[in-house]
Amino acid sequence: MTETRFTGTENYVATPDLMMAVNAAVTLGRPLLIKGEPGTGKTQLAAEIARALQRPLYEWHIKSTSKAHHGLYEYDAVSRLRDSQLGEEKVRDIRNYIIKGSLWEAFESNVQPVLLIDEIDKADIEFPNDLLRELDRMEFFVHETRELVKARHRPIILITSNNEKELPDAFLRRCFFHYIRFPDADTMEKIVRVHFPNLKAELLGEALTSFFAVRETPGLRKKPSTSELLDWIKLLLAEDIPPDALRGNDPKKLLPVMHGALIKNEQDVHLFEQLVFLNKRAGR
Amino acid sequence: MLVRFFTDLRAGGVPVTLPEFLSMLEALEARVAALSAEEFYYLARMALVKDERHFDRFDRVFAEHFEGAEKLFEKLMAELPPEWLKQITERLLTEEEKQRVQALGGWDKLLETLRERLREQKERHEGGNKWIGTAGTSPFGNQGFNPEGVRIGQGKSRHRRAVKVWDARDYRNLDDDIELGTRNIKMGLRRLRRFAREGAAEELDLDGTIDATARNAGLLDIKLVPERRNAVKLLLLLDVGGSMDPHVKVCEELFSAARAEFKHLEYFYFHNFPYERVWKDNRRRFSVVTDTWTLLRTFNPDYRVVFVGDATMSPYEIEEPGGSVEHWNNESGRVWMSRITRHFPRLVWLNPEPEERWQWTPSVAITRELVDNRMFPLTLDGLDRAMRELRQRGGPGGVTSRHGLTPDHSADAS
Repeated sequence: MTETRFTGTENYVATPDLMMAVNAAVTLGRPLLIKGEPGTGKTQLAAEIARALQRPLYEWHIKSTSKAHHGLYEYDAVSRLRDSQLGEEKVRDIRNYIIKGSLWEAFESNVQPVLLIDEIDKADIEFPNDLLRELDRMEFFVHETRELVKARHRPIILITSNNEKELPDAFLRRCFFHYIRFPDADTMEKIVRVHFPNLKAELLGEALTSFFAVRETPGLRKKPSTSELLDWIKLLLAEDIPPDALRGNDPKKLLPVMHGALIKNEQDVHLFEQLVFLNKRAGR
Repeated sequence: MLVRFFTDLRAGGVPVTLPEFLSMLEALEARVAALSAEEFYYLARMALVKDERHFDRFDRVFAEHFEGAEKLFEKLMAELPPEWLKQITERLLTEEEKQRVQALGGWDKLLETLRERLREQKERHEGGNKWIGTAGTSPFGNQGFNPEGVRIGQGKSRHRRAVKVWDARDYRNLDDDIELGTRNIKMGLRRLRRFAREGAAEELDLDGTIDATARNAGLLDIKLVPERRNAVKLLLLLDVGGSMDPHVKVCEELFSAARAEFKHLEYFYFHNFPYERVWKDNRRRFSVVTDTWTLLRTFNPDYRVVFVGDATMSPYEIEEPGGSVEHWNNESGRVWMSRITRHFPRLVWLNPEPEERWQWTPSVAITRELVDNRMFPLTLDGLDRAMRELRQRGGPGGVTSRHGLTPDHSADAS
């Protein structure tokens, strides 16, 4: 018997509300729409659920050119045309030219799979509407072969969105919704612990303090996110930076070491440098 | 109780629909949430609210609706000290009732049933269909047992928290009435999208290929089409300095959102009101300038023009030649503005000042008149209206300003 309740994994710290959202979606077989600041682990969640519940994972990454039917199937008319000119035998069966999409593959899975529809907001505005029936009834019709594809097990569907487009109401109505908040200091400490179990408490404390200080800076264009914090700590470890180097008792030193991992925008770096400059002047 | 919660949510501005409400009930029935008020809160929010901008409204309705519910949950969660309960119950019950208690199997049995019932109750409450004493099926209800009156376990809660999740109102700044962030601006600007196929043909046109191949008697004839792009051209004219300083942030946001959204975006700055020159770089605003005539000649009328400015200044700055606070302008701002409105039929003015304050500033009224009433506040709603305006106005040369006539006093200027 596989696990049925998701409680996070050793690699992924789930907050109680997130666990609740995932479990409700699993129990009721509803798609779960995940939003949140970039870098809060939206995409990773699907992989972790699949791992925790020991289910196969199917991923469908949406691009601005994606169409709903790409996830179902595609009819490769061009290769059929080419094959017909070469006189190939397989050209007689249209089935040979139907390429299954991730949704179809997930529907065919023998155990309940996890399906990730990543960054649904990248696609055209109409895209989610074209998937309503598929997500609702978990079936679709292949016109070319006149067959109805039905899900053997309702997949656990996770949909992530970066909020670049408003999703249609009819679509939202069919989903559960969870907004991953930016983790508070405690949760963040847990997350870092999970990724760097051997990190010295001292360094972790200092790193978190300066990380949250950076985030608090007014006027930042792009606030550093969890994944950037993890990268930064990785760098700190790789360079063997002592905790003292991060210590904030020197107000003149605002720009943290290796800030390139945290601040990704030249305007933000400028802003920081100005703040450092102002602080130096104030300190004099 | 939950139905009222549903109607309250709708009244509170959270767009909840019946299917969503039903799916929440379904989730409750499936016992997805069975442990605490907090879980119920998360579940309800997940099932009913589909946009983080509505979280705050949801929190408010929730707090109002379930005030006190938390306390009750805590009481029900607490362990029952049997001695104490027995004592109190004895005091509360009449002789007759005590006999009925005996008939139920004695104190121990009764306590066990009570505890069980309470445990069930806690879950059932979340299902919203049964409370002690209200359903009429509980033996405790009959005996006048009131968990609230008895105050079982109060003060020893294991689940007390300093601030309830829904009272924390962490999502306040995601509400769209309050703030206009880059994301919101982008959403607003997206209304202006108009896709068209332009440029080099590099995408396979499948339908065209099939069609051409069929016409070509089955010989493969591949057709290509240009990629679809947002074809809207935008000219952004931004007021900088002086009274605009408090609005720098929102203008920056608008600017960065527009930059990301439009392929054909041109921007220029002006100070207070457009005169005969605009500039691109504020640091070299006196050395590197663009003649407004050049601007009018360079950009076709199919550019949509968005002015951003508070239009707050002395009326002389618009009406009189030489009115500019920075330099000597030979022709009045009014003349320049009417030239611009005549050249660009699709034009709006976004004003970061709140709409209700406009009437107190004469220069705002004049500017409004000059742009033919197409002034909108720089809020989400205003942006929305502005974008709609830009979409609707007829094609190039379609509409000319009705008020933008050149005033004759401009002639006797210099």
